[in-house]
Amino acid sequence: MGQLTAQLLGGTQMSNTPLIQLEGVSKSFDKTMVLDDLNLSIQENEFMTLLGPSGCGKTTTLRIIGGFEKPDTGKFFFDGRDITNLAPNKRPLNTVFQKYALFSHMNIAENIAFGLKIKGKSKAYINDKIKYALKLVNLDGFEKRSVASLSGGQQQRIAIARAIVNEPKVLLLDEPLGALDLKLRQDMQYELIRLKNELGITFIYVTHDQEEALTMSDTIVVMNQGYIQQMGTPEDIYNEPENAFVADFIGDSNIIDGTMIRDELVEILGVRFACVDTGFGQNRPVDVVIRPEDVELLPQGEGTMEGVVTHLIFKGVHYEMEVTAGGFEWLVHSTVCHPVGTKVSIHVDPFNIQIMKKPESEDEEAVGVNE
Amino acid sequence: MIGRFFKRFYLVVIFIFLYVPIVALMILSFNNSKYMSQWDGFSLKWYEQLFSSSLIMSALWNTLIIAFLSALIATIIGTVACIGINNMKKVPRTIVMGMNNIPLMNADIVTGISLMLCFIAFGVSLGFGTILIAHITFNIPYVVLSVMPKMKQTEKSTYEAAVDLGATPVQAFFKVVFPDILPGILSGFLLSFTMSLDDFTITHFTKGAGINTLSTLIYSEVRKGVRPSLYALSTILFLAVLILLIIANLPKGKSKEKELIKER
Repeated sequence: MGQLTAQLLGGTQMSNTPLIQLEGVSKSFDKTMVLDDLNLSIQENEFMTLLGPSGCGKTTTLRIIGGFEKPDTGKFFFDGRDITNLAPNKRPLNTVFQKYALFSHMNIAENIAFGLKIKGKSKAYINDKIKYALKLVNLDGFEKRSVASLSGGQQQRIAIARAIVNEPKVLLLDEPLGALDLKLRQDMQYELIRLKNELGITFIYVTHDQEEALTMSDTIVVMNQGYIQQMGTPEDIYNEPENAFVADFIGDSNIIDGTMIRDELVEILGVRFACVDTGFGQNRPVDVVIRPEDVELLPQGEGTMEGVVTHLIFKGVHYEMEVTAGGFEWLVHSTVCHPVGTKVSIHVDPFNIQIMKKPESEDEEAVGVNE
Repeated sequence: MIGRFFKRFYLVVIFIFLYVPIVALMILSFNNSKYMSQWDGFSLKWYEQLFSSSLIMSALWNTLIIAFLSALIATIIGTVACIGINNMKKVPRTIVMGMNNIPLMNADIVTGISLMLCFIAFGVSLGFGTILIAHITFNIPYVVLSVMPKMKQTEKSTYEAAVDLGATPVQAFFKVVFPDILPGILSGFLLSFTMSLDDFTITHFTKGAGINTLSTLIYSEVRKGVRPSLYALSTILFLAVLILLIIANLPKGKSKEKELIKER
């Protein structure tokens, strides 16, 4: 949060004001707080992803930006202009909805032309735009097809085409790939990145899928219970999670209770590990996060901690193993296979050990206070 | 074997019970004799009498125009009501839908008498206008009942998508929501039309003197003795409803399915 506010203040002071700025936005439905004092700024031409579990407030944030919900408190600035109370049909942004929301009684061309017809564009202009948009989403010649004759992936592309012909400054995408199968979802991720680069506009993307977020985003905002947990580049979020929630939500992690003995030395499960973190004080309880791919399995006696492999699953690229050591089930990813029952020794490089302060109360846990 | 025979037998008996009276009526409407007990040869004279009777023709005209107007107005009010109900929160919506359903189960005679009392209390003179108001009143719940399911099926997001693309709420409704709920609106209209056509009790209490619809006319005629021209009228009514029903149930969207199959 602290880092975020700093970024926000920095943004307003700099000459380039952020394209989108949410200031102190709160929203509750039937007395349930969904967003609490949310501050968020998005730069022009950014691919920003709002990531979090269901009910974390990410969709509500998107709907406030789109104009479909009014915040209870707080303001929404677009290009420096306060448009908190502007109707959605007047906003210079377009949305791609989760369930596509295509108009089933119109054919594909009519669907794409909808926004342009309302704006009273000429027929020739509209036809050009339809052609251009269909080409952009690789569905040339689909003008006369009916919505029902398209597959899910094709419908999603049409929904995107329908939005982008209006030349919005910002495209809002609400879990657009949620209904597609895995292979198609991966293809569409590349498509979206390509589209973003070709169009040169801002994308705000909502998803609960951490892999999608890591693949496509310039910036990820991890949300939980109406609060921003962490905001940063995919690398930052993955490598330097600020709290246990982020670490757990982004990829698999071993999250273990530990004690910070002194700077650069942490005790986990009764064994001392060297690490690179400083400034936590002496003998303080901390959360220790170690990614499964960072756990190295060495022959017995050569590592820091002795254990036994208890589970083994082949995952394609790597083997996923569970190693019981020090009474904890370590999750380990390795390209080397260690059969169940193998006695191994665990080693973790100091810079792969991530130390996090323990939250002192539940409220603090939700807010994700850093320092 | 015996089981199958009884199954068929049962069905045949039911259809006989349902349709024999109507068939008898239709046959008698072509009977040359005035008496129903004897067949005097085929004749269209009752039909001639029917169409030359100004009393019957004016009642028919009243019936049709009341059915059409009441169905139209009830459809508009009911559809607008559905938009409101659909946007309510769960508890108020359940309450309003419950209140909507009560008049449906209420006995016609209660509705009829209470409407009559109401008109008299407010000094409205009974006549064409009061019949129309009464029919609109009892038709609205039917419209709500047939439009509401379609309204619920319509994804809220298609409306939002239209607004998102620059449509005003009114444009979004007519361009996107309306085509989706049109089947519900049409069936609500047809249902209202037939309910109005059919109604005797409520019309009887709210019509006042000097105006008749077909049902009230037939009722008063029957007291004087049944004339075969009324068989002819009933036959025409039955056939008209039958044709309406067939049209309403014609298989739709065949062409679309074919298109789908071709593309695959």
